[in-house]
Amino acid sequence: MEEHRDDIGSRMGMWIFIFTELLLFGGLFLVYAIYRADYSAEFHTAAHELNAFIGALNTVILLVSSATVAMAITAVQKENKKLALILVAITLLMALFFLVNKYFEWGHKIHLGIYPGSELLTKLERGELLFFGLYYFMTGLHGFHIVVGMILLTVVFFKIKSGAINAGSFVLLENGGLYWHLVDLIWIFLFPLLYLLT
Amino acid sequence: MENHEHEPHENHITSYTTLAKVLIGLLFLTFITVAVTGIHLGPLTVAVALIIACVKGGIVLTWFMHLKFELPVFRYMVLGVFLLFALIIIVTFFDYAFR
Amino acid sequence: METQNNQLNYIEDTQGRWGIFAWIFSTDHKRIGILYLISITTFFLLAALMGGLMRLELIAPGETIMDAQTYNGLFTVHGIIMIFLVVIPGLGAVFGNFFLPIMIGARDVAFPRLNLFSWWIYMAGAILAVYSQFAGDGPPDTGWTFYAPYSTESGTNVVAAVFAAFVLGFSSILTGLNFIVTIHRMRAPGMTWFKMPLFPWSLYATAWIQVLATPIVGITLMMIVAERLFQIGFFDPALGGDPILYQHLFWIYSHPAVYIMILPAMGVITEIIPTFAKKSIFGYKAIALSSVAIAAVGYFVWGHHMYTSGMSGTARWFFSFLTFIVAIPSAIKVFNWVATMYKGSIDARTPFLYAATFIFLFMIGGLTGLVLGSLATDVHVHDTSFVVAHFHYIIFGGMGFAFFAAIHYWWPKMFGKMYNERVANIAWLITFVGFNVLYFPLFVIGIQGMPRRYFDYLPEFHAGHLISTIGAFILLSGLFLMIINIYRAKKHVTPAGDNPWGGVTLEWQVPSPPPTLNFDEIPTITKSPYSFEK
Repeated sequence: MEEHRDDIGSRMGMWIFIFTELLLFGGLFLVYAIYRADYSAEFHTAAHELNAFIGALNTVILLVSSATVAMAITAVQKENKKLALILVAITLLMALFFLVNKYFEWGHKIHLGIYPGSELLTKLERGELLFFGLYYFMTGLHGFHIVVGMILLTVVFFKIKSGAINAGSFVLLENGGLYWHLVDLIWIFLFPLLYLLT
Repeated sequence: MENHEHEPHENHITSYTTLAKVLIGLLFLTFITVAVTGIHLGPLTVAVALIIACVKGGIVLTWFMHLKFELPVFRYMVLGVFLLFALIIIVTFFDYAFR
Repeated sequence: METQNNQLNYIEDTQGRWGIFAWIFSTDHKRIGILYLISITTFFLLAALMGGLMRLELIAPGETIMDAQTYNGLFTVHGIIMIFLVVIPGLGAVFGNFFLPIMIGARDVAFPRLNLFSWWIYMAGAILAVYSQFAGDGPPDTGWTFYAPYSTESGTNVVAAVFAAFVLGFSSILTGLNFIVTIHRMRAPGMTWFKMPLFPWSLYATAWIQVLATPIVGITLMMIVAERLFQIGFFDPALGGDPILYQHLFWIYSHPAVYIMILPAMGVITEIIPTFAKKSIFGYKAIALSSVAIAAVGYFVWGHHMYTSGMSGTARWFFSFLTFIVAIPSAIKVFNWVATMYKGSIDARTPFLYAATFIFLFMIGGLTGLVLGSLATDVHVHDTSFVVAHFHYIIFGGMGFAFFAAIHYWWPKMFGKMYNERVANIAWLITFVGFNVLYFPLFVIGIQGMPRRYFDYLPEFHAGHLISTIGAFILLSGLFLMIINIYRAKKHVTPAGDNPWGGVTLEWQVPSPPPTLNFDEIPTITKSPYSFEK
């Protein structure tokens, strides 16, 4: 029997996986909503520590990378392999920028002594402590998804290069792209909730 | 042989210009979100930020994630998941709002 | 294409792999179903023996065969294995994998390799779960619910057990994902949604719960790990957190998980009843849609586990109200089964006996569930052995007996051999009697005030506990007889035939055991799945 192929089915599978990811973060958003309702003043104070500029910069980075990966699909459909490769490479580069930013952001905070379990944090107001707990947990999990997305897109890059992904069969690129957009989608909500509270 | 009900336009190609326009729109909305937090709207600030985030999310889902060109069942599923999540939050607040 | 007779069946066809590798690396949905059958049966027997040991400890007041800490470890391990390794994958992973593609006229599931991968993840989670019992600082003693703040403080090996549950959840998600896409994309031509058999329908509703509820417990368990390792304080009152929030998050998954257990069981019963009543199912659409309704409403009743936790009064009546609502679609199914049997020509063979037992035990479990679902009575019996009896009637009496029904119903199809029906009926009688002797007294002493999860008790509960322990050993002996009898079926020389029960769904139209590709030619469906009229 020849290999069964159903692109719509594959995309449906990817979407369902995305739903599980959304609800995974959904659990955290629920915790956020409840503690924010309980400690709204302290959340405000704590959010002052976050650098809204870096947050906004990272938002722009992710939006651009989302656009480039979507354009890569167009390029593959138009059989422009070279452009597709460049676009995926830009996406990967953007992802790297995002992580570098995150590294400096976290590094700065840890340097100041703000990290889960730190002495400084246990002396703060309870709501501020919870805010930083959520901040590290949510951005950490999101960062982990960035890394997974980068691995996926690297695989996609080499498959475009080898011709395994082409104008006749590109569902893998579409699914990799869907995953990348998910990462973007979550950041779109994380950004105002964590950085723009001031 | 499968039961392929109504196949969508399988070879739909989103043009570069459409994607670029979508990106510009998203960047503009990001700018607005940041700008709005500068104005003191009190409790409304969060509401505005969240509404804008929802609009941005909707745009990403529709164009970047190609929902617009998928079978209708994809849209129902996405809608269902967001509805479910909203209900979970509301039901949980039946506890926290009335403690 | 080859003719039916020349095709190898899935047991003979090793696809060029050697020995055990033909099984553990096979992407054939039928072989994967068998893999799950073997692994789940093994874990079931292990945890059942633990249950037996606990009953032995409770045979008389005071310490009899183990100390309190061992008992705490034992009920935790019993719960973790039974819930995460046996009951949640249970029917879906074994019979769903084996029969879903055949019943909808497909050659395999949508993603066969992902399917095999799910089993591997399941095994990885199982190994972690077993590891958590023996390594580190002793078996976890939190109960399978891992309630905070105790789970964030207990000195036992909680992190490994929690991580095992997380990994097993991942396996469950992938199976659910696979089934949803399979049902959407791979139904045979002509099989519209309302021409699909009802077991696939129940699997469809279940799959959505698996996909949409499991991530919540995944993230919750991660929070427990973070709490233990980094003191993020989400559930620690000393750090501003709220332990009740843990209970919310946990039950947002774990209540729908109850429906992951029971919905496929209802699906199995819905297949068996028409076959043995020789009558089309009564109220097809009502049964199909009630599965979906149970899945949807069942998502919002989690708070009924938390009436005494300190949750707000508003939330309590709200959850109580919804709990009563969810009883409606469950009752619709029961009425439809009874109506199907009404005026049917009932052939009370072994699978039917188990199916009828399911209805009886599920009724007791379901109605005592309403006692627990209503606010005032729950406060009285909360955390007593009444609760233990209730959920064993649902999970064991419901899902467990449906599993036994399914294995007796489909065994001749899966292996082409019939077991000894006389012995099977005797085993049924012993398990049925043993089950009720074991669990019914727990209702009584529960109302009298016997708390759950206690290894010791006051003398006034002695009679109840003694009867219950006797029941446990009747039940265990019945189980062993049943398993040995099924296993010995392979010695039978005469083949069972393609359709020993006179069933009409698609799986009875392929040879026993089914060929690797299930169908020579994918059938075109024109009739409803349960039309007995020729």
